[in-house]
Amino acid sequence: MSNTTTTGAVSPGDAKKVSRINEVVIRIAGNSQDGIQAIGGFLARLAGRSEQEVMTFMTIPSTISGGPSIFQVRIGSGEVLTSGDDADVLLCFYQHSYEGHINSLKKKGIVLYDSDHVVPKPEWQDAYHHVGIPISSLTVEAIGGTAKDKGKNLYSLGLIAKMFDLNVPKLEKLLGERFTGKDPSILNNALAAFHAGYANSPGNVVETFQITDSDKKGVSQVVMNGNEAIAYGLIAAGVRFGAAYPITPWTDIMEILRRELPKYGGTFIQCEDEIASVSMALGASFAGRVAVTGSSGPGIALKTEAIGWAVMAEMPLVIINVQRGGPSTGMPTNIEQSDLNIAINGGHGDAPRVVLAPANVEDCFYMAIEAVNIARKYSVPVFFLTDQGIATRIEAFPSPDLEKVCQDITPDFTPVATHKPYDLTAKDGVTQHIKPGTRILDGKYPIATGLEHDEYGHPSGSPKVHMLQNAKRRIKLQALGASLPLPKVYGPAEGKTLLVGWGSTEGPIREAVDRFRAAGDSVSALHLRHVNPLPNGLENIFSGFSQVLVVEMNDEGLYGFGQLGSILRARYCDPKIQGVNKTDGLTWKVKEIVELVKSKTAK
Amino acid sequence: MSQILSDKPVVPAAVTETATGERKGLTKKEIAADHPTWCPGCGDFSVLALYFKLIEKRKLWHEKITTISGIGCSSRFPYFVQAHGAHFIHGRALPFASGVSLSRPDLHVFAFSGDGDAFSIGGNHFTHTARKNIKMTLVVMDNQVYGLTKKQTSPTSPLGFKSKTDIWGAVDYPINPAKQAIAVGASFVARTSAANPNHVLAMMEAAMDHDGFSFVHCLSECVEFYEGAFDVANPRKGGAFNEVPKNHDVTDELAAYKLAGADFPGNFGVLYKVNKPTKNAREAEINASFQSKFTGLKDWQILQKTFDRMK
Repeated sequence: MSNTTTTGAVSPGDAKKVSRINEVVIRIAGNSQDGIQAIGGFLARLAGRSEQEVMTFMTIPSTISGGPSIFQVRIGSGEVLTSGDDADVLLCFYQHSYEGHINSLKKKGIVLYDSDHVVPKPEWQDAYHHVGIPISSLTVEAIGGTAKDKGKNLYSLGLIAKMFDLNVPKLEKLLGERFTGKDPSILNNALAAFHAGYANSPGNVVETFQITDSDKKGVSQVVMNGNEAIAYGLIAAGVRFGAAYPITPWTDIMEILRRELPKYGGTFIQCEDEIASVSMALGASFAGRVAVTGSSGPGIALKTEAIGWAVMAEMPLVIINVQRGGPSTGMPTNIEQSDLNIAINGGHGDAPRVVLAPANVEDCFYMAIEAVNIARKYSVPVFFLTDQGIATRIEAFPSPDLEKVCQDITPDFTPVATHKPYDLTAKDGVTQHIKPGTRILDGKYPIATGLEHDEYGHPSGSPKVHMLQNAKRRIKLQALGASLPLPKVYGPAEGKTLLVGWGSTEGPIREAVDRFRAAGDSVSALHLRHVNPLPNGLENIFSGFSQVLVVEMNDEGLYGFGQLGSILRARYCDPKIQGVNKTDGLTWKVKEIVELVKSKTAK
Repeated sequence: MSQILSDKPVVPAAVTETATGERKGLTKKEIAADHPTWCPGCGDFSVLALYFKLIEKRKLWHEKITTISGIGCSSRFPYFVQAHGAHFIHGRALPFASGVSLSRPDLHVFAFSGDGDAFSIGGNHFTHTARKNIKMTLVVMDNQVYGLTKKQTSPTSPLGFKSKTDIWGAVDYPINPAKQAIAVGASFVARTSAANPNHVLAMMEAAMDHDGFSFVHCLSECVEFYEGAFDVANPRKGGAFNEVPKNHDVTDELAAYKLAGADFPGNFGVLYKVNKPTKNAREAEINASFQSKFTGLKDWQILQKTFDRMK
């Protein structure tokens, strides 16, 4: 809770202190079946509707049922870049939630605990403001004995709503939408639990809070997580076919597309395995329009042979990779940026492909469209690297102008006089396939092939042809690289230290820069969203700094550099490029970046 | 609104049948592309010639046929045909062909494969494409040996077959492709032999006309690495080409399974054929029911409705 200003009581009848704050971080800790994601979701959605900025963070166990789970939500009226290092309020349902998460609470923060299950520790009483409420038994009292585990999340939502003076009619509406169409008694129970919590004035809480109005008044926002933004971005881009195999944390995207694509006349196929799914998507790309497949971790490894075919055959394809902790089965529900190498180089042979990495949830939506368009224009597979963190984190962003953004990419079957799918004279090496169903008047039909081939796609073992076609596949990506915009430096364009990041880490890196600059340190940041090919001219940005630190959630490697760090070292041969890495499976905390950067700059 | 599953793509008037001056069927010369790279005497020549004959006979046009394959001697097939084609990776012709079939109901999708490609590395896809009943024709040219890599044991090599990977003779029990196809739910299963051209053509034609996943198991001799493998089914080599008995009920799964399991080479002809909804049809039904709720809306308006609920 920053910039707290006490303004006194708002209502004459309420003697308690009311503080105006411009942001708050709430962490809810319980077990995975307690519905804590639902509370977080309601809070995030409410923030979106109140034109506030919001970001969430959650962890889920990879076990089938049960296990500790948390949801953290940061709501603010100014810019929110991360889900927050430390919480202002910790709501905990069990002893293990209390003991396991007290360290994530700011000193003097409020710990709101279920006194039916939690016995507070005397030694923590001074450091944190303890508020015990028998949440479980009061929920039973409110809605009856049978549903006690179901309702306590909503009872708690009521408590939080009261504490932060949240908009009750808007929350009631959200509850109504959530429980719509179900048995009306379910909604009634939900509302009863919520109101019981709201009515319970937390006895020894002396303060309540009001989040100040946002400066974004009048901006209509949508609230969703990264996986949802990708799925809807693909639909907006005109993708109408996809195929995949379930794997965490990619699965949400395939579930959404399976459910949504039929509305648009498209279809999504659940395949027998990862290889079948990339193959089926390639078949659909060959037959009509660019298709999508996706996976996480091990599934991506299985797809690499077919992706090599897509490079060789020059077939457009979008591959979503929601990264998780690896190698092998690794840490399925944790966060890591360790698939950059496989995205850029996975598979055998010289197989250049495009790799994009969205920086936030809004970017997931727009960059999915960009991925589709690059795949189409350059006839190339495009990797789309997100991670478990961005997949499940909820953000609010301005509603896209869908009429403008949505594309119709229905294939064209107009007959052509002649067609060379691998024309070596094409400008920048860029060619496109015509689709089956298209008549070719000279009667010479093309073959899409994984063998090295002549300009019509027929096999060739000629050394010269292999060199020319290799060059074609390379040159077209060099042309793409030359067309990419140079990313803007966050902070001054010259200084001592430049932090370079990619993908989902943009928020914490920027917040780290803000902290450094507030303390008078010369630190700026550069964020790469186009990772392969890189935009041209990065060396000119690097030359403005005496140190370039590549901040990544992957291992420092055998030689001291993370995966992007190694690429930048190889490309720019610049010893001032160094790595800042971690592999704890959790999102960056701002203070972690600050500390690691300090340790590197101190040398 | 885009309707890739339920609508035929827009085909310009110039290439439709009713255009000015009807298009003639293709000649063999117009269909043939590269000269096949197979060894002289290979059974696959016969299958290719009969595919040409099928295209001629049924007046299919270049742009309406799609020829898809994986890897192996047989899988060089698409290069020899003047039609849109794809030479995909080893074992994965079926899922690739499924992507074509499910997104393009207007095309005839043919996949050509060999015993290693279809039953070994691609075995999982054979099972699942069959059970999903995805509309296409799969012709497997089975020579009971790996030919392209020069004589290793294949999943259909008989016990005792001496190869470079089993110099003492194969020890693994072979797959019976027709039995396997029936067991996993293929809706059309036929067996033929490249040595009997008229029969191959009849089976391919019946397979093409079947609305569903149609599988033609075609014995096709490798003269280089397994010469004489199918003499027992060739009357010209002293064998017997026994057709499926006239009284066999092709819709009787148990009878078909039993017939398919007869001692090698067994009976030739359609062993099993049932009509059941294809995945193509089922997905089109799902789409029709969803789309009926959004009649008259543009794609962006449908997405807007979803976004309005995410506010």
